[in-house]
Order: sequence, then C-alpha cells, then structure tokens
Amino acid sequence: MFKKATTSLNKTLLTGFVTLFSSNMFAAWGDLNMTEGVTAISKEVFDLHMLIFWICVVIGLVVFGIMFYSMFAFTKKKNPSPASFHENTKVELAWTVVPFLILVFMAIPASNTLTKIYDDTEGDINIQVVGYQWKWQYKYLEDDIDFFSNLTTDWDEIYNKTPKGEFYLEEVDEAVVIPVGKKIRFLITANDVIHSWWMPDFAIKQDAIPGFINTAWTIVDEPGIYRGKCTELCGKNHGFMPVVVKVVTQDEYDAWVQDKKDAAFRMAELTEKDWSVAELTERGEGIYLKNCVACHQVNGQGITGIFPNLAGSDVVLNDKARNIEILMEGVQGAAMQSFANQLSEVDMASVITYTRQAWGNAENGDGEIVVPKDIVEYKKPKV
Amino acid sequence: MSAVIESHNHDDHHHGPAKGLTRWLYTTNHKDIGTLYLWFSFAMFLIGGAMAMVIRAELFQPGMQIVEPEFYNQMLTLHGLIMVFGAVMPAFVGLANWLVPMMVGAPDMALPRMNNLSFWILPFAFFVLLSSLFMEGGAPNFGWTFYAPLSTTYAPPSVTFFIFSVHIMGASSIMGSINVIVTIMNMRAPGMTLMKMPLFVWSWLITAYLLIAVMPVLAGAVTMMLMDIHFGTSFFNAAGGGDPVLFQHIFWFFGHPEVYIMILPAFGIASHIIETFSRKQLFGYASMVWAMASIAILSFVVWAHHMFTVGLPLAAELFFMWATMLIAVPTGVKVFNWVTTMFKGSITYETPMLFAIAFVVLFTIGGFSGLMLAITPADFQYHDTYFVVAHFHYVLVPGSIFSIMAAVYYWIPKWTGNMYDERLGKLHFWLSFIGVNVTFFPQHWIGLAGMPRRIPDYALQFADWNMISSVGAFLFGASQILFLFIVVKTVMGGKKATPEVWEGSRGLEWTVESPAPYHTFTTPPKVS
Repeated sequence: MFKKATTSLNKTLLTGFVTLFSSNMFAAWGDLNMTEGVTAISKEVFDLHMLIFWICVVIGLVVFGIMFYSMFAFTKKKNPSPASFHENTKVELAWTVVPFLILVFMAIPASNTLTKIYDDTEGDINIQVVGYQWKWQYKYLEDDIDFFSNLTTDWDEIYNKTPKGEFYLEEVDEAVVIPVGKKIRFLITANDVIHSWWMPDFAIKQDAIPGFINTAWTIVDEPGIYRGKCTELCGKNHGFMPVVVKVVTQDEYDAWVQDKKDAAFRMAELTEKDWSVAELTERGEGIYLKNCVACHQVNGQGITGIFPNLAGSDVVLNDKARNIEILMEGVQGAAMQSFANQLSEVDMASVITYTRQAWGNAENGDGEIVVPKDIVEYKKPKV
Repeated sequence: MSAVIESHNHDDHHHGPAKGLTRWLYTTNHKDIGTLYLWFSFAMFLIGGAMAMVIRAELFQPGMQIVEPEFYNQMLTLHGLIMVFGAVMPAFVGLANWLVPMMVGAPDMALPRMNNLSFWILPFAFFVLLSSLFMEGGAPNFGWTFYAPLSTTYAPPSVTFFIFSVHIMGASSIMGSINVIVTIMNMRAPGMTLMKMPLFVWSWLITAYLLIAVMPVLAGAVTMMLMDIHFGTSFFNAAGGGDPVLFQHIFWFFGHPEVYIMILPAFGIASHIIETFSRKQLFGYASMVWAMASIAILSFVVWAHHMFTVGLPLAAELFFMWATMLIAVPTGVKVFNWVTTMFKGSITYETPMLFAIAFVVLFTIGGFSGLMLAITPADFQYHDTYFVVAHFHYVLVPGSIFSIMAAVYYWIPKWTGNMYDERLGKLHFWLSFIGVNVTFFPQHWIGLAGMPRRIPDYALQFADWNMISSVGAFLFGASQILFLFIVVKTVMGGKKATPEVWEGSRGLEWTVESPAPYHTFTTPPKVS
C-alpha cells in the first residue's frame, strides 16, 4: 500500500515548501468563503450565512472580550483577594433570555428561505439524476435523452505522472446541459450506494439514495459552466465523480437536444451493422478504460479479495452466456453492478469482446466474441 | 456487606496492591482500573493519531502520493472509530474511575468486578477492529458513520468483525455507565446531597444515563446490518423493500447523544479547573447542572440535523433546525458561567488552566460553527464539506481532548504524588494549541470554498490551505510524544505534591494525601 514511500515523500516535501512560500498563497482570499452562486436561492443562502456569521462574530467579541479582560485584569498579582459572589438570578436569567431572542431573530429568515427551497412544483424541464459508483447518469424525462457523465481527468494526472490541468478532478466527458430562465427540476436517486449531488452555485445538495427519489429545483439566469461534486462517501472513487452543469441559451439548448436525438438514431444503425473482431476489440478497449478499469484494473487482474480477476477467469474464457448475464444483471451482493442501462448494445458487445480477447484470454479460452445482436437478443423478453 | 468489611478494618491490616501482571489483570480497585483505562486510551490516541497523520500526509498535496483511495477510506474510518470509541470515551471512563469515588467519598466503585470486566473486554474489541486491516478486502472503509448500503451490501468482508467489535465496545460502555450511576446514587458520603456533588460527578451521572439510553440503539443498528449481510433481511436494502434512510435515523439517534457523551464530562472538568485557578467559587453551580441536563434532554430531539440533505419533509427540517438552535441557550449559559467565574478572580496560569481556557475559547468557536450548521438552508452548502470537519474537530480536539489533557495535568499530582514539569507542560500546551488551530481553522475556509469531506484527492484551488493544515497536524501529532514523555517523567518522580496540590483546590479528593492511598475513604467522610 505504501508505494515508493521515501522517494515520493522527498519530492512531496520539496514541492510542498516551494508552494508554501510562493506568493500565490494569499492571492485567493475570495475563495475562502461560501460561493454566492448564480440563483436567487443561492444568493439568499449566502446572505443567511453571512448574517449568522456576523452575529457569531459579535457575540464572540463580547464574550471573549470580557474573558481576555478578566485574564489580564484579575491575575493573582493584580487582584490577590478574589471576590466571593457565585450567583445572581437576574444576570443568569438575562443571559438565558437574550440568547433565546437572538435565536428567534435568526430562525425567522432561515425558515423563510427554507420554505422557498421546498416550493417543489413540477419544472419546465425535468431531469432524473442517478448516482452510480462512480459516475452520474442524467435522463431528460421529456426529451428521452439519457447519458452518463464520467470524470475525464487522466489517472496519470492523479498519480502525478503528468501535470495537472486547470479543471483537475472537476471535468467530465458530458455535462448536464440546461437552458437559462427555465425552471429545472432534478429528480435525484441512486443505483447502488448513497451519493449526494451538490452544485454550490445553485445551493443544491440532495442525497441520491437507492429506492428514494429526492427533488430539487433551480432557475439559472447566467449562462456558464458550473462545477460541483459528490458529497456523500460512496466508496473508493468518491472523490472522482464531479458534477458539471452547462447553462446555455434556449437556442443552444434546442440545438443540443436535436444533436442528442440524431446521435441516438446513428447508434441504432450501428447496432445493425456487421462487426469484425478487430473493430469490436478496439471500441471495447475504450469502453473498458472508461467503465471497468477502476475496479478490474488495466491488466484485468482486479484487486485480490475485492474485485475479481478477469484475465484467465473461467466465465470470461469459456462461458459467453454467463459473461453477458453478469454485465447485464450485475452480481447480487457484490460491487458489480448492472451495466444494462449504462452501455448501448454496441458498447456492451464490444466491451465483452474486448475482455474475451485481451490479456491472452483469446488464446486460453474458447475465443467466442459477442456482437451487438447478441445483446439485442438477450434483451428480448424470455418466453 | 460494608459492615463486614468495617469489622475487619484494623489499622495494621493495610491492603496494598498485588504484585506483577496479575495486579492489573485481576484488579477490582477503582484507581488501578482508572489507570488502565487512561493508558489504554492514550495508546488508542496514538494509533488513531498515526492514522490521522497518514490522512494529512496524503492530503498534503493534490494527487495520490502515499496511499491508494481504498486504503485512505480505511484510514479515515478507523481514525474516527478509534478516536471516538477508543480514545475519548475510555479516557473519560478512566477519569470517572479515578475521581468519582474519591469525589463522593466512597471507598471504591459500587460494582468492582464488573468494573474489571468492562475494562478488560475493550482491548479485545480494538484488537478485533485493528486486525481487520490485515484481512482480505481490508478494514472497514465506509466512514465511522457506516451508512448502509455502503456498509452492508457493498462492504468488505471484515464488516462482520467490525460489528462484533462495536458490540463489545457497547457492552463495555453500558457496564461502565451502570457502575457510575450505582456508585453515585448509593455511595455518596453522608451529607453530600445531589446538589452538593462536584460538577464532574454531575456531568458523569448525566453522561452515564445518556450512554445507557443510546448504546443499545447502536447495538440494534449493527445487529440489523448483521442480519442484512448474513441472514437475508432487508432492513436497509431498498431492493428488498428496506430503507437506507432508516439506518441514518437509528444511527444518529445514537450518534447525537454520543456527541454529548464526549463533551459533558469535559464541562465538568473545565468547571473544576477554572474554579481552582481563579481561586473563586464557581459561578452559577445550579444553572450548570440544569444546563447539562437540558443539553442531555435536547440531544434526543436533534438527531436529524445530521440528515438535512436526505430529503426530509419541510416540517421535519423546521423542527430539527429550531430544536438544534435551542441547544445554544444552555451551552451559552455554561460559557457565561465560566467567564464570570474568572471575572474578579485571582487567576494563575498553570498548565491545566491554560488547557481549560483554550477549551472554553475553542469549544465556543466550535459551538458557533455548530449554530451555523443548524441553519438548514445554509447547511445545504456546509453539509459533508470540510466546514463540518473543522466544526467537529474543534469541539472534539480542543474540546474533549484538551479537557482530558487538562484533567491529567490537574490530577496527576494526586495520582502519582509527584508534580509534573511545569515548563514542559506549558511547552506541550503551546505546541498543541498552535498545532490544533493551524490544522483545523483553515478547514473552515476550504470547506466553505467547496471541498467535500472524505476525499483522498482534491481540486487545485484547495491546495495551499490543505498543505498548511497538514503542517499543523504534524506539529500537533509530534507534540503528543512530548505529552507521553511528561506523563512518564511524572510517574517516575518529581517534586513531591502536597495533599491539596493547588492553592485554590476544593473537594474531597484533595483531603487525602498525594499520591492517593490504594484505599481511600474506607470510613466515609462527613460532608457539611
């Protein structure tokens, strides 16, 4: 578990001290507070945060002020004979009632804002958000658009082999796209463990819980790209499933919807095509690196005791039917989930074919490949 | 039974401790068991602390350098479990063992054999928990809050050992609490009415009731997990008709009182120390007792403030927000009482007083961030970020742990008969004080700026303050080696302590010689 501890530690310390004393440390004071965000609600939440913060600061100044005064004024040297009072009903009553009133003063705006956040009617656009280990799926309920959003930061960047990009750990292959000025309602759930969908700029944080659908809504007026994260510990790659929302004008949004629909049509054509082994394997490798590598590793060997080895696995070598079944249904009681909704027929067939061809599996097993039509066949209702 | 003992109580028949290892294995003496608890707690503090060092070393810079994400999750889980159940709670039980009988003028705890048992099962609990690190699939990796289904369907096989370990810890805590309650209720010296009890005794009486109320709830939660994992039930499995949110309700119904279990004894300790070194009677004794009782009662109706983002109905969110805010009232009363005790006192700053004052200030800062977290709409932004990490470390490290250190410096002359080295004690204080603030204060900022908790790697805008936080953590960690040195040095020798030890000390424990004899108050003192 401790990889090359000494050399990387030396490097870490060195670069650490360089950064520590570099001038950009204090450049970002503005980043030290909560984001104001870009919606009416997020601005209200920010104001509430600042209000409570300043109330706490004032109370703190008064209480600590008296305390520090006592610490300096009533030392044994300056005040050798202590006073003897030890209770005072009026004072004690006052410092019970006054804080209570301050709390009521805080609770009123807080309750109002909360009530607004809970004004949860149907949106102009309704998007189902599904958390998976470790990616997000977005389904546009009106337009029948459905895609997954994966982290695109390269593992070489994470493991310090290549320089880190500007949006390190905050970039995805496909962002959620929404138009300005429309009420967007998110229906948030999860497929495996609990995740949490957080978009700070909209002040939305809702847990994604299997078996539940939580809702949240927003209206955004400023186009832009907004970045958030998963905020509920959801396993190994919890830190690697960001949320990215792209807010565009209505025209751009309509064009995007049309594009997505055309792409779905082209995908249907691909399913009908006759595929060669080489084509499937090549496509499958990309799918594998995106979806499978986190658990089963690049060499297919998994992690002993947690994630099964695919290189030389009996199912992958010789049992094509069971191989398809595992990917389509997942494995009960294990981390292996169903990929039936995540991968198209083409991608499913190619990724299975890839695993049956790679790491010497083709030579050691029956070498049977899976074509998109096999998956279509599998999906047909069984009589 | 006491009559029988008294009839054999000749002056020439003085029982000292047995010799060798069996003294510690078979002991039923409250002082020995207190010592065992305290050393055990310190060992766990160092182990849990070492895990914190691994966490901070990994977070020193963006990118994965030292451990893999999988192992990182095991570290943060074990760090939390060990610090809560292995370091803070046993330390308080150790202090209760040493102090409660002496403070109420009793010869020992009421149930000495159970006392032995409740300590000696603890090392096994933690042996089981730590051994999971070497099991196939690794140690528990789902956080100390072990939310289902990450801790059930998706857990490593070692989760079963974790469940067993939690059961043992729970049994130990329940036995310890029963012992404290029975001792306080039945064995007070004549004349010591409830409202004359020292505040540390009061704080432990309330804590013990909280423990008895909630440890079975925790046991229920882990048993339901066990059933889900091995016996095909679906308490927390949505696919089987169960409810993952149910787990959180049960866990936090235990978890929130648990938070106060870890702070109420600290309130008692701070009250004694501030009173002693201000040389002035504690202000507002009765309101201190009522404040602790109110906090304890409120702790049962605020649990869902840990769950504001799970999708509760509006009415529930409002109720839990208001109830949580209310806790600020009795907590405020306590802080005002401490400050007023110092006001017009005659103060000196020995090490215990420094720790106690830092406790009041930094715990209050943790209280302020707690109040901010209670505001539900703002909590949607704070929840599960480093702001929360900063908040609960402020109430637990310079809160609970500083109070435990203060207690050790304050009572160690009574325990060992030797004064600790004041210069080294102060050095330890200042290093810890600086370390703790450098570690945890910047975490407020990176949390507000958007860094989620429990991640092994983070976006680049959080890099600078994470590095500073790590430097603070290394400083704090290293200073605890100094603490170990100071304690060992004091046990070995030092300036002899007088019976009253401190100029302003009050209470029965200061009437016996230092070190306290193996048996104290075999004849109850008279309290006027």
